Amino acid sequence: MIYLELFLHFLKIGAVSFGGGYGMISLIRETVLDNGWLSESEFLNFIAVSESTPGPLAVNMATFIGASQGGIAGSFLATLGVILPSFIIILIIAALLGNLLRYAGVEAFLSGIRPCVAALVLSTALTMGLSVFFSLKNFSDKIIIHYREIFIFLLLSATGSLYRKLRKKKISPVFLFLLAAALGCLFHSHGQ
Amino acid sequence: MKKTMSLFWTFLKIGAFTFGGGYAMIALLQNEFVEKKKWITTEDFFNMTAIAESTPGPVAINSATYIGYRLAGFRGAAASTLAVCIPSFVIIYLISLYFDAFLSLKYVNYAFQGIQVCVVYLILNAGLQMLKEIPRTPLHLLLFTTVFGFMTLFSLLAVSFSSVFYILICGTVGVSAYLLQKLRRKGDDK
Repeated sequence: MIYLELFLHFLKIGAVSFGGGYGMISLIRETVLDNGWLSESEFLNFIAVSESTPGPLAVNMATFIGASQGGIAGSFLATLGVILPSFIIILIIAALLGNLLRYAGVEAFLSGIRPCVAALVLSTALTMGLSVFFSLKNFSDKIIIHYREIFIFLLLSATGSLYRKLRKKKISPVFLFLLAAALGCLFHSHGQ
Repeated sequence: MKKTMSLFWTFLKIGAFTFGGGYAMIALLQNEFVEKKKWITTEDFFNMTAIAESTPGPVAINSATYIGYRLAGFRGAAASTLAVCIPSFVIIYLISLYFDAFLSLKYVNYAFQGIQVCVVYLILNAGLQMLKEIPRTPLHLLLFTTVFGFMTLFSLLAVSFSSVFYILICGTVGVSAYLLQKLRRKGDDK
């Protein structure tokens, strides 16, 4: 039953993912790849669309993945699943506990989780990179070097760091998407 | 009731116009509820931000539920949370109907080949930013290295091990380290 699966998987994602937005990416990626819902490149497309439309990334991703697997009912249940734990936990805190961070145990729990979330996000970036740049999903795969993708990555990194040096703030992701789209068209329309 | 309606409209607007997720939304919320409407004090707002960031789930949803509850009880929380999700839901659902057709256009497909690379870059950057903010203590660095190593190794070996376990284990290690420290301090005092 795809509807129940969508709801339960996103309920789990909503309940245990810390760090908002990108902190949730590793769990969502695991879920869609393990269930065979999306391929790596479809997943990357979904992130790009979710990031360049308004609203919270996790809600956008849940709606998008739900819609791709189970139409309007699927997207509704996935979205409900991802927000329900937040809603309940925050209600409990606001109504009963007051400021949660006064409890030293909570601070200790979070302090253990922070390095974990950073590691999850970076490891996800690394495995995505290996798959996009070298077609390497696991050790048994034959490595194919995708020069165009590597070159686009280097150009994007250079632009990103240059912008930060000159303007002292982070470049807008939407601007980087537009640049990446232009580079994709440029490199792929030649010699395909 | 009037406050609930007002919360609904405000969060609907915020859901429709915030790009860049949770943290961008916090700035908008502050402007709307602390500065313009003066419904929340600066101190309470900072409390809210800390709670929203340290509880699981999307920061935007956590903030909406918290502010809604504080200002108008359960009804306010439900109205605010629903409102902040509606624009996302409608926009993404409409896009999902036409996305495959859109991707099958030749140049759109080429464009997305580039965009996929960009997503990898953005996730890498987000991860590096989180890494920068970790305190440089042996325990934190050990947790980071262990999780990073195992997760990368397992995914390359196609061993399935859910991230949920890493999160729970690291949280437990954090609590244990705290308790141990407390015990030791008690021992020293005697």
